[in-house]
Amino acid sequence: MKVLVGVKRVIDAYVKVRVRGDGTGVETDNVKMSMNPFCEIAVEEAVRLKEAGTASELVAVSCGPAANQETLRTALAVGCDRAILVQHDGALEPLAVAKILAALVERESPRLVLLGKQAVDNDFNSTTQILAARLGWSQGCFTSSLEVEGDKLLVAREVDAGIEKRSLSLPSVVSADLRLNTPRYASLPNIMKARSKPLETITATDLLSESDLAPRLEILKVEEPPARKAGVKVQSVEELVAKLKDEAEVL
Amino acid sequence: MRVLVLADHDGESLKPATLSAVAAAGKFAATCDLLVMGGESSRAVADLAARVMGVAKVRLVCAESWQHASAEAAAPFVAELAADYDAVLAPVGSFAKNLLPRVAALLDVQPITEVLEIVAADTFVRPLYAGNALATVRSRDAKKLLTVRATSFEAVASEGGSATLEEVASQAGQAGESDLSSWTADEVSKSERPELTNARIVISGGRGMQSGEHFALLESVADKLGAAVGASRAAVDAGYVPNEYQVGQTGKVVAPDLYIAVGISGAIQHLAGMKDSKVIAAINNDPDAPIFQVADYGLVADLFEALPALSKALDP
Repeated sequence: MKVLVGVKRVIDAYVKVRVRGDGTGVETDNVKMSMNPFCEIAVEEAVRLKEAGTASELVAVSCGPAANQETLRTALAVGCDRAILVQHDGALEPLAVAKILAALVERESPRLVLLGKQAVDNDFNSTTQILAARLGWSQGCFTSSLEVEGDKLLVAREVDAGIEKRSLSLPSVVSADLRLNTPRYASLPNIMKARSKPLETITATDLLSESDLAPRLEILKVEEPPARKAGVKVQSVEELVAKLKDEAEVL
Repeated sequence: MRVLVLADHDGESLKPATLSAVAAAGKFAATCDLLVMGGESSRAVADLAARVMGVAKVRLVCAESWQHASAEAAAPFVAELAADYDAVLAPVGSFAKNLLPRVAALLDVQPITEVLEIVAADTFVRPLYAGNALATVRSRDAKKLLTVRATSFEAVASEGGSATLEEVASQAGQAGESDLSSWTADEVSKSERPELTNARIVISGGRGMQSGEHFALLESVADKLGAAVGASRAAVDAGYVPNEYQVGQTGKVVAPDLYIAVGISGAIQHLAGMKDSKVIAAINNDPDAPIFQVADYGLVADLFEALPALSKALDP
């Protein structure tokens, strides 16, 4: 079974983002970039499927500028077999990314597409759902465990009330939630080895028209959220309870 | 403008977040239609929905096969209904997160998720980077598909309306389950405590709790306050409590009257899920913990001493 894994390059999840003074976005110059944490989980799951003998070939895909090659090399170092960069320098929204991935699915014919449930930059949480709809495939969103059984995929989904288990028909698009696995670090020999794995670059306009790629949302401004002020320190539990009762009036 | 709201419900009643989504719909038009999809019991939900203020018409899909409807089956149906509307809204939650983008895809619309504010019929505010930045975006799509944060829209009254009821199941001609996806089981944690997202008081534990057993200390306080129990991602990652406890960017977003953070350092991703609480109290043994920068009341103390004392102080 061939597996396609999507990886996104984002501002490192541990960096405190700063909004640009002119309100056009957030500061990305000289800011550490990394693979989106949920994409790391998707890659790890793909590698585990290959180690278990379920997956035959793992193809990592990233959409964006040339710098995304770095993110793809990380995916290769962790265990993906080859990589495709769909190069595009402008903004890409989930709808456009899903269209790109759908075009690649047509070309690559995977049985399973693994993605992260959301990217920690724009927090849309929608590429998996859109891709599955466009392909007419099943979707396993917010998955915390998955198991391939013949032509079925048994998933546990993280829902508001707990876990929902579903049986999905393959082919399928699955989004990884936090508890699916704990991603491994790439070892130095594997990082070296990843340099010689195939990385193909195609341009987004080879797959889609400009109008398909164009953002549907115009960003009017980006601003800092209103700051919350620090309050007071209390000295004891009794004082805390008294303040919550008499001052804040919430008890 | 004609607006359709997708009701989030549990088969017995509407989730309170649905009332907030109806309130958000009120920013577009005076009234909206509310779509209730579910099994046989959802007829009773529709009756409740018909009394919600601001709802003109309840559209009901009620059939055994819709009890555990999949997004794969529901999306084409909702997309078809959407032809009659200019906007489709649903409250943020696992139901809408799963379904609404799939509907949007079928309509070739970029969904706008986690909306905090409706500025104009085509202009919305939504969070980026776990709420560390707010973007105001204008949609060029003819139809708007949004999920809205319940904590950002004051719920409409659940009583006082008188909507008409229309069953649309027969028109659907589709089963809620498809060959693509079939439900096999729910694993739901049973709790007498209120649900995290609509509790008036939430008390959460972090890595400082040191183990799952120690959450009993929080539960003792929670039961005296009628509070829900939550957790930081660190506590969930460490395996102390199940994921449905998680408050934060990757978990649930809450905005109770009182949020008590215990043994939680206050990572950005946790703050994203609770910083809109009206009052925040924090107990942590590290005086430099970032949580104190957002807390209205901070207590620097060992939680293993403070929690029993708090429980005792709350005795009548």
